[in-house]
Amino acid sequence: MENNAQKKDEQELLTVSSGEMFQPYDWSVGKFGSKFLHELKENKKLFGSKCPKCGRVFIPPRKVCGQCYVAMDEFVPVSDEGEVYVCAIIQFGFVDPETGKQRPVPYGYAFIKLDGADTCLTHFVDSVDPEKFKVGARVRAVFEEKRKGSLMDIKHFELVD
Amino acid sequence: MEKAGIVGVGQTKYERKKDDTFAELVFEACTGALTDAGVGIEDIDNVITVSNDFWDGRTISSMAIQDAAGSYNKDVSTVEGDGVFGAMYGMMRTLSGSFDTTLVVAHVKGSEGNMNLITNAMFDPIYQRKLGIDATSSAALQARSYMEKTGATEEDFARVSVKNQGNGVNNPYAQIREKISVDDVMKSRKISEPLKLFDCSPITDGAAAIVISNEKGMKRFKKDPVWILGAAHFSDSYTLGYRDLTNSRALEAAAKKAYDMAGITNPLMELDVIELADAYSYMELLWYEGLGLTPKGKGADLIRSGATAMDGELPVNPSGGLLCAHPVLVAGLARIIEATLQIRGEAGDRQVKGANKALAHGINGPCGQAHGVFVLGS
Repeated sequence: MENNAQKKDEQELLTVSSGEMFQPYDWSVGKFGSKFLHELKENKKLFGSKCPKCGRVFIPPRKVCGQCYVAMDEFVPVSDEGEVYVCAIIQFGFVDPETGKQRPVPYGYAFIKLDGADTCLTHFVDSVDPEKFKVGARVRAVFEEKRKGSLMDIKHFELVD
Repeated sequence: MEKAGIVGVGQTKYERKKDDTFAELVFEACTGALTDAGVGIEDIDNVITVSNDFWDGRTISSMAIQDAAGSYNKDVSTVEGDGVFGAMYGMMRTLSGSFDTTLVVAHVKGSEGNMNLITNAMFDPIYQRKLGIDATSSAALQARSYMEKTGATEEDFARVSVKNQGNGVNNPYAQIREKISVDDVMKSRKISEPLKLFDCSPITDGAAAIVISNEKGMKRFKKDPVWILGAAHFSDSYTLGYRDLTNSRALEAAAKKAYDMAGITNPLMELDVIELADAYSYMELLWYEGLGLTPKGKGADLIRSGATAMDGELPVNPSGGLLCAHPVLVAGLARIIEATLQIRGEAGDRQVKGANKALAHGINGPCGQAHGVFVLGS
């Protein structure tokens, strides 16, 4: 362990911490995000936007279909049920950016293809059983009792049967 | 030498707290530029986006606007800095011959984050950031240095704000459209002495886009291009304490190079209009010197003479400049768009009659660390 023997005149190398600094933001969600979050909060309904050219339904809804490069202006309802497109079981600790609290591990994570949508919604699934929580499994949204207009108004998805 | 020109321009109205998301602003600016160019997205060979993670509040923020920027199935690259540097990169890509046409787009929503914290974060975190220094407090130091060195007064700075806000009344895209007097500026709220509220540019949301083409790509467009006659950029030291804040040597170098390319020997005589980055009123005087419009230390004389007013021999910032709308990052592209509209004769109420040669300027970093200059002509 000769490296530990620091010479007397050798300066220890230091670091400087950023401390508690943070950057707050108020992101506008626009017309599309506002419709999505409003329907989620008030009616427990999910809405996507439909491309007038290729007909694909995007969820969450957004203005531009990148592939066709046209603006979308049609909102279409999407089911709160769908199937797991791909999934993972997360074992490492994760601090919830919304609450600053550690989420319990392990938990299920999935891209969910909701019925009526052509894209996947990312969310939690309350199963960590690899026999049941797998690609193709049917899932359904579980909504929070008190909703505030956030994606987290969906508590998680649960396996159907 | 191979040439490049601007064939399409588009910009949103500049406002504080726009409802649209930044991706929606990007789409508005890009589709505006394509419509102006009379082409579709299929005529664009590559895309340059301009964004900054701190302003957008997300990592690799450029990835969030790829669909809106029309870069699906295209080569795309990003500049994190003023739009004038995005235009520089876009121009280089067409001149390289790898692409014939480039769409350059910049966006910002200044109202979504905290300007003081975001601009504080551009400073060195070990030796400077903890002092709370930001864009405005560093600008105050530069303004004071300039006063000490040249004898310019707060009233001289106020004259810049009066001129530019007067011009902004004629610009339908500007955020602030209200005439003011020197007295109004002098009596406005103190922000960071010697700077007062009307010496400082506002917090702004918006997006702007341009289409650049090389000569080979020109056959895709119906309109006559506005040619890039000269373009250059230089940077000074990052650490403010290492710089002479009253000497804009990076701008001098950039302007000299751009003038040489454009064959300009007397910019005051030969240019018809300038759009420059007046993030703070005093900056315009300092940039007059860097652009070689007046001898060193004489910026205040030029504004007092009226030479840079709308009816002067070289109008500066007919759009109202950054003092009337300061979408950070977008500002440099907006200057290029304004210069382009001037040369086309499409600048509406802010048109400089017969403008044929224009200069557009953008800055990056604290106190104008880096400067980019474009000389445009018909």
